[in-house]
Amino acid sequence: MNIVKADNVVYKYERHDEEGNVEGYTTAVDHVSLDVKEGTFIAILGHNGSGKSTLAKHINAILSPKEGTVWVDGLDTAQEENLWEVRQRAGMVFQNPDNQIIGQVVEEDVGFGPENMGVPTKEIWERVEESLRAVGMYEYRKHSPNRLSGGQKQRVSIAGVLAMHPKVIVLDEPTAMLDPNGRREVIRAARGLNQVEGVTVILITHYMEEIVHADQVFVMDHGKIAMEGTPREIFSQVEKLKELRLAVPQVTLLAHELKQSGVPLPDGILTRKELVEELSKVCRSR
Amino acid sequence: MIRDITLGQYYQTESLIHRLDPRVKLAGTLIYVITLFFYKNFVGYALAIFFLATVIRLSKVPFKFMVRGMKSILFLLMITVLFNLFLTPGTPVFTLWKLSITKEGTSLAVSMALRLSLLVIGSSLMTLTTTPNNLTDGMEKGLGFLKIFKVPVHEVAMMMSIALRFIPILLEETDKIMKAQMARGADFESGKLIARAKAMVPLLVPLFISAFRRANDLAMAMEARCYRGGEGRTKMKPLKYRGRDYIAYLILFLFMFGSIWLGRLTLPMLMVG
Amino acid sequence: MSIEIEHLNYIYGDETAMAVKALDDVTLTIPDGQFLGIIGHTGSGKSTLMQHLNGLLKGSSGRILFDGQDIYEKGYQLKDLRRQVGLVFQYPEHQLFEIDVFSDVCFGPKNLGLPKEEIEERAKRALESVGLSEDYYHQSPFDLSGGQKRRVAIAGVLAMEPKVLILDEPTAGLDPQGREEILTLIKKLQTESHMTILLVSHSMEDVAEYVDRILVMNRGRIFLDGTPKEVFAHYKELEEVGLACPQVTYVMHDLKEAGFTVDVDATTVEEAKRSILQALSLA
Repeated sequence: MNIVKADNVVYKYERHDEEGNVEGYTTAVDHVSLDVKEGTFIAILGHNGSGKSTLAKHINAILSPKEGTVWVDGLDTAQEENLWEVRQRAGMVFQNPDNQIIGQVVEEDVGFGPENMGVPTKEIWERVEESLRAVGMYEYRKHSPNRLSGGQKQRVSIAGVLAMHPKVIVLDEPTAMLDPNGRREVIRAARGLNQVEGVTVILITHYMEEIVHADQVFVMDHGKIAMEGTPREIFSQVEKLKELRLAVPQVTLLAHELKQSGVPLPDGILTRKELVEELSKVCRSR
Repeated sequence: MIRDITLGQYYQTESLIHRLDPRVKLAGTLIYVITLFFYKNFVGYALAIFFLATVIRLSKVPFKFMVRGMKSILFLLMITVLFNLFLTPGTPVFTLWKLSITKEGTSLAVSMALRLSLLVIGSSLMTLTTTPNNLTDGMEKGLGFLKIFKVPVHEVAMMMSIALRFIPILLEETDKIMKAQMARGADFESGKLIARAKAMVPLLVPLFISAFRRANDLAMAMEARCYRGGEGRTKMKPLKYRGRDYIAYLILFLFMFGSIWLGRLTLPMLMVG
Repeated sequence: MSIEIEHLNYIYGDETAMAVKALDDVTLTIPDGQFLGIIGHTGSGKSTLMQHLNGLLKGSSGRILFDGQDIYEKGYQLKDLRRQVGLVFQYPEHQLFEIDVFSDVCFGPKNLGLPKEEIEERAKRALESVGLSEDYYHQSPFDLSGGQKRRVAIAGVLAMEPKVLILDEPTAGLDPQGREEILTLIKKLQTESHMTILLVSHSMEDVAEYVDRILVMNRGRIFLDGTPKEVFAHYKELEEVGLACPQVTYVMHDLKEAGFTVDVDATTVEEAKRSILQALSLA
């Protein structure tokens, strides 16, 4: 079985009127099925309110599906007895860097997860060191989290999850509150986890430039999966992405517009280099 | 910036006192404070001053940091001294209009002033040499026996350490909200008491909403990291007694019995009150 | 009528060893009606600069002239300044507090001590100009989406009818479409009501299409100042301080190096497209 598998998952929020009575339901996730292979880098894209974060919270058993099933490493997340096992195997990093750091010193925060799991003291220290090195924050181990930049705080959060030795890490819009430098740092750390540590990474985001290196991309809209494919396949459908309220990177957009104007370019150009090469080819053939 | 303020006024340096187990320091402070109330003569106080001076020397914390704590109680100290000085009945030494200073009053005032100062300096020494973190750890472990009386020791310690982490963040946020409302013409400084209290609403509502949101986020993040209370938890930095801690305990007990015994001796001329 | 800043310095942590120069000799004139983008990293001094413009922070040295008047002069009414220079902070959550959208927008004009009719009149106008219809008036501001909250926050400042509107990262946390909507709205405010607008952002790509002028801040100093084209021409220096130009700028330079005769000044996709098509038809 795949590392994460969702089968027809439905999740509804209750809507309340002013007296607190249930008025109706909002369907946040609507019959979503997906399969994630171990060791891959997956991206889930979508605008705010598309249901992507609600879906993400199912993988860590913070939410349980109202219908359908989610399995993590073969464990049904809705089963009470699997709860802690699921949370250890699927770690989660959240959006707000300030609201997920518990420790007053970086290293103590990274040790929090292993402490909860009952890992022996000596091993906690080993795990903390190795995790902080993996995200490049080892020199900051004695610092107070309050003095770090947003990107550094998110890397500490990633290390905190990594120290639990999970098989999957879900990053729920980890860059939404960061500046461009912070965003780069975090995405680099996430790719490192995947390539060096071999952890399966599921990145939730609305920034398209962050998913260029993903193995597979899911685009969500209205709680449903609207598109699925490799980044190139996704990027080649510029019109559809615009409809889904997503911004295509300028290079892809430029290539698309040129193509519309009659320049013979292939679909789904992702990088500057590709565009320049393709345009040179066009030039030579004339 | 606001985030730079240190809570609990910890003074960072390397010293024997800093390295002591927080439980020893907690117990030490407790013993020291209790003994202060037992002295009947000034020999006890002399011993306490000597003991405190030695510990301060060992802690390498500059004396001016101790005095800082005194500033906040200066007013209280003066009132206590004046009351005792003028309102204690006994043999008058000096009379001014209707008020007279008595022999008993003088010695009581001096004793009260000494007791208060020693109390404040002694307890601030503990917070100066122990990080807030270490202190909560010490309380959790040191008061662990209360668990049999169903006191949620772990939970309280966890709450304290989370509060310590979030207080600077919330202070900074208060500053931001205040500025945002001032930019809309809010006035937090002038006006009568009621007007001022009303002016706080635009500050407090966003602050509370934000604090609840943070609490909610944090609870979720803690659960996601397998937090389920103190049961079955291990420690990254477990507290362990070392040789120096046992020696410190021994010295503490010697000090306690010694100073109480000496402090309660009946010595004419040196009696308090 | 303009804002003139002369040799402004701001140092915090003054008496300690940790003193930091958050603003370092900033001199700048902002003419009336300009749309100015202020770009820089977190900690570059851009937010600090903004807070000086309506007197929330006071410079350690230097002067600020608003309409020719020195705001640090004795007797100058900071309250007047705050009425004329509206400041919208990054997170709307920091200012929304009332029971419904309409009362929240009334808060600013109420503080100005205006009569009730005038207050409501202004609130209506402000909400209309940010595109929120009457359906929203009696909703709780906390139930709105991120983009809508942002609109209410902007309306809350607009209702004070300032001459200058300063916005700190108004698009943070919004999705691409939400970002575009807010930026279009701000541009509309500038063209229709002739306000001076200062937009603080860390994204060049976001502001390139909208602003008249870009000011790049780095370590408390003005690093570059000019039209978007002039600023992006320094793309290598910008790279050195870790700020990225819009992607098309790089594409155009790459193409030029590859032998195309394209216009390296192009800052938007539209301009780049035109220039490339032209180059191809000549080839």
